[in-house]
Amino acid sequence: MSCAIHAIGLAYRYPNGHAALQGVDLHVQHGERVAVLGPNGAGKTTLMLHLNGLMSGEGKLEVAGLDVSPRSLRDLRLRVGLVFQDPDDQLFMPTVEEDVAFGPLNMEVGPDEVRLRVAEALAAVRMQEAAPRAPYQLSMGERRRVAIASVLAMRPSLLVLDEPSASLDPRARRELVDVLAHIERTMLVTTHDLPLAAELCERAVILAAGRVVADGPCHDVLADTALLAEHDLELPAGFDLARVELRPRPGEARDARVDFAQAT
Amino acid sequence: MGALCNHSLELTGLAGDHASPVHRLDPRAKIVALLGVTLVAVTTPLAAWPAYAGCGAVLAGVAVAAKIPARDIWRRARFLLPLVLLVGLFVPFVRSGGQAYDLGPFIVHEDGLRTFAAVTAKATIGTVSAILLGATTSFPGVLRGLEAMRVPRLLILIAAFMYRYLFVIVEETGRMRAALAARAYRPRTALHAGALGRVATAMFLRTYARGERVYLAMLARGYKGGVPQLTPLVLGRADLAFVGLVLAALVSLRIAAEMAL
Repeated sequence: MSCAIHAIGLAYRYPNGHAALQGVDLHVQHGERVAVLGPNGAGKTTLMLHLNGLMSGEGKLEVAGLDVSPRSLRDLRLRVGLVFQDPDDQLFMPTVEEDVAFGPLNMEVGPDEVRLRVAEALAAVRMQEAAPRAPYQLSMGERRRVAIASVLAMRPSLLVLDEPSASLDPRARRELVDVLAHIERTMLVTTHDLPLAAELCERAVILAAGRVVADGPCHDVLADTALLAEHDLELPAGFDLARVELRPRPGEARDARVDFAQAT
Repeated sequence: MGALCNHSLELTGLAGDHASPVHRLDPRAKIVALLGVTLVAVTTPLAAWPAYAGCGAVLAGVAVAAKIPARDIWRRARFLLPLVLLVGLFVPFVRSGGQAYDLGPFIVHEDGLRTFAAVTAKATIGTVSAILLGATTSFPGVLRGLEAMRVPRLLILIAAFMYRYLFVIVEETGRMRAALAARAYRPRTALHAGALGRVATAMFLRTYARGERVYLAMLARGYKGGVPQLTPLVLGRADLAFVGLVLAALVSLRIAAEMAL
């Protein structure tokens, strides 16, 4: 199944008149990992909500082989996994296990299969022990990982994450990058955490005022200081892009550091 | 989580031995049995004290089986009971009949006092039943029981969301209060209370916006108007035995009370 995204001239205006998207052209191929960068208010979240049919604007949008329209919504939501910025918006069931089971149960998957998927998804984000706990008992980083599991359990072919590293401490952020690096999916990550983009994504797109203003290999986009500055983005002071290596895909040979982390 | 949260929410949730036979019962069995105790207490004639004693004995039995310390029951009842008793408090002053006692500005009648005592007994039994249900069944468990008993799904969902987001809202309120205090806000007169009104407004708007986001996130995961359960509730032999035992005791008490009068 293709999980490509083809957006042509996508435009959306909020009821209050604010034009959040003003003709977005974006093509993402199967298996790509793309960072959507941009300052607050650039339209990143609006774009993300379009990919799942939660908003519908003008223009043409094809996601995972489906034309986004009211008729394709059900299939679309099975294929596109959306991870919201605030895990408290996403995790609403009394326990982690029930929350992760919510998506598969809506897909009318049988109970044994659901249990299998819940266990698999929680293992993928290393949160197996949290299954019986309530979301409010978890730390922000743990909630974020459970939110990712709640989407992985639906086995989407495309994973869309909104600001996954927002309000995480360095350790939680590190764990999150490890988890994401091991997930084999086409991935769209909206963020202004540029080091995260450099480590995780091979391609970066800059969204500004509702348009795609730059599109290219992640390291090239991030190395263009003038371009970043023009769109209110910057790498952390003293950050050396040349020393950041793109994380290998789950199937590829792992770098020494990840092996070490796995061994301990 | 703030101190406020820890204090007020620790009085909810399970108490006693979480693995006790009572805790493990199907929520529906506990809802029916404990609601039965309350109904019998409420419908019994005022003077039927043996029936109240019987209800009390049933509740005590449940508490012992669930290993819930009396202290825990008292700590929860302390908050609930005054509210329940407020209504009955006026009865001795209003209801006349029997011997009258002069208390300065007020006159209290014997019949009024008897009625008050009976109302207190009924209220205490009802309150303790609810507390025992809450202490032996998790809130989501109670909701699942009610859902299985065909309570409208919308009401269940509202209660479930209230429970889930109570913690989030309490946390947010705590942060806003801390932020007010950090800017030296110390209300002394009613005029200073304006800021609290604005906090309430902000909380309302935030909660509203959160509601929209939660709904979007649910839609994104295929929400179709229902919350399917992974493990359906099953009434076992122990559940039926519990309900049968409690209801049999209650019905015989109730009939005995009727015949004694």
